[in-house]
Amino acid sequence: MLLQQLINGLTLGSVYALIALGYTMVYGILELINFAHGEIYMLGAYLGIIILGFFTAVGLTAYSVPLALALTLLLTVIFSASYGFTVEKIAYRPLRTAPKLSPLISAIGVSIFLQNYVMITQGATDKVFPSLVGHAGFTILSTRVTFMQASIIVVSGIIMGLLHAFIRHTRTGKAMRAVAQDRSMASLVGINTDSIISVTFIIGSGLAAIAGLMVSMYYGLVNYFIGYSAGIKAFTAAVLGGIGNIPGAMFGGILLGLIESLGSAYISSEYKDAYAFIILIVILLVRPSGLLGRDAEEKI
Amino acid sequence: MTTVPESFSRTLLRSGIISLWSAILFLPFKGLQASALLFGVLFLSVLLLTFAGSWLSLRLTMPASLKERIRSSFPTDWRYLLLFLLPALAVPFVAQNYIIDVAVLAGIYIILALGLNVVVGYTGLLNLGFVAYYAIGAYSFALLNTKLGLGFWSAMPVAVVITTIAGFLFAVPALRLKGDYLALVTLGFGEIVRITLNNWDSFTNGPNGIGGISAPMLAGMSLETLSAYYYLVFFFVLVAIVVIGRVQRSKIGRAWIALREDEVAASAMGIPSTAYKLYSVSFGAFWAGIAGCLFAAKMRFISPESFTFMESVLVLCMVILGGLGSIGGVIVGAVILVILPEVLREVQMYRMLALGAGIVLLMIFRPQGLFGGSVVSSRH
Repeated sequence: MLLQQLINGLTLGSVYALIALGYTMVYGILELINFAHGEIYMLGAYLGIIILGFFTAVGLTAYSVPLALALTLLLTVIFSASYGFTVEKIAYRPLRTAPKLSPLISAIGVSIFLQNYVMITQGATDKVFPSLVGHAGFTILSTRVTFMQASIIVVSGIIMGLLHAFIRHTRTGKAMRAVAQDRSMASLVGINTDSIISVTFIIGSGLAAIAGLMVSMYYGLVNYFIGYSAGIKAFTAAVLGGIGNIPGAMFGGILLGLIESLGSAYISSEYKDAYAFIILIVILLVRPSGLLGRDAEEKI
Repeated sequence: MTTVPESFSRTLLRSGIISLWSAILFLPFKGLQASALLFGVLFLSVLLLTFAGSWLSLRLTMPASLKERIRSSFPTDWRYLLLFLLPALAVPFVAQNYIIDVAVLAGIYIILALGLNVVVGYTGLLNLGFVAYYAIGAYSFALLNTKLGLGFWSAMPVAVVITTIAGFLFAVPALRLKGDYLALVTLGFGEIVRITLNNWDSFTNGPNGIGGISAPMLAGMSLETLSAYYYLVFFFVLVAIVVIGRVQRSKIGRAWIALREDEVAASAMGIPSTAYKLYSVSFGAFWAGIAGCLFAAKMRFISPESFTFMESVLVLCMVILGGLGSIGGVIVGAVILVILPEVLREVQMYRMLALGAGIVLLMIFRPQGLFGGSVVSSRH
């Protein structure tokens, strides 16, 4: 029972971690809470269903399921990353020098817009993700792990590893870290900060889309308002680990997934959605820099 | 935007790229045909807007004196106030029930938005969960009324006091935070209140809500009719305008604005920042409590559904649309955002889409709102 909940929590937590990375990277660079990030995750889930549906219609899925899934993943990521890029360009870039309140409110506007955009074009009812993997799985230590759960955990792990390597060891990654440390200084040494910010949004949106695709396969159901609560929870995860801190977001996501899963099993499942908010409030009040974050000096 | 007019071919290319990009993004959601249509419509409108924009910007820069005159016609000069008061008083005599109903709702939202304006507009504390106080006010009122049998005039003060205390108690820990973090904690608070109301079946009746709230009585007469209720709400709106206006110009109000502009400088001038922020949040909650009572007594039924995050965003939009920190602006903002959905009933599906896009456009082109001056500080 406990082990089962741990597996469920780990699955959920890997998804939160993937979304949280997008929040934390954007916050690290722009100090902006990208409220629309949860909607990108929702778009990813929808795009996955639509694109896979298209492949099934043209007969590719019948020909080879792995190929269809791989192409779906690729296209979903490309489309969602384009949405992320566009959102940044339209709604945040003109507000770079505006008071801090403006981009946050603009982000709320984008979030409302995208939710309704999907609702109008795709309908308000639940969308069903065709079951390809099913509930097949294996048993370890008398605990049932479905293949879907295992692949979510493994895929998230690989992606987070790749991201970490990308940020540590590539030229673009180095530039991202420089922009996060000091934007004006970075531009003085010749880094094109605007394109680095775009890259950040593209990567973050791609990660959220992968999370969205995997969740829609896992649960089999998608709705246009899943982005809001997933977004808040992932943001909580980012704050939990220390916002702006990339390993912190991974750690925070997994921790939050475990807390939610254990909390709803042993305390109360009715208040499942409230746990994230309670943790968010407690963490912000007790240790706003997060579990892994460093204390930031207040700039006057 | 650009001062040098673009060449025609460049404009053409730009509109082409913008509309092609949007059409591609739109493609998976509605298919090829709709995308092609979107491409055509966008292409033409971007082209037209570019030309219209460059032409208009040459002709139509609003003279500063006119702007000043429009703005100065909104403050609290009593003669101008009368100009709005008299038609508002006449509404129940000339309008149909439907319009009075919308007007009552607008009045409740005006009180709510004025309360939020105290917190966001004057003191500069972004609150994304303001609806929590509204909910606490409405639920306290409903429970006092249905379970203890208190009438409107005795339940309301108690409910408002409860709401104010709730605002105060929550603000004590929350005000240790600033900016975005504070906004998120308030959002979390709003959600926790809603989830609790939704799940605490034995006390709040859960998602089914509380019904059978009685109509207010005044001098032995039930204010059941819509026009009577209209005057009741009208009375409270007037009280809110007068009281908030006077507080704004008092020492407390000036201290709030000083804190908003520069907290460090304000503290250095001897303003106890935490105390004044606590005043501000409690004062805002006070008005939300009144709005909540009026809402519960009007609807005679409340459920957690009326107190979602979207409601907080809507009230925030009212404050921002009219102009942060301006009472007249906030009233106009609230009236616009209540009436607009009613007018747009025909295209109901697209209302929220337009609201979202509108918020983004407002932030880009007029962040200070329709009637706001340069009240929003430029520090960040």
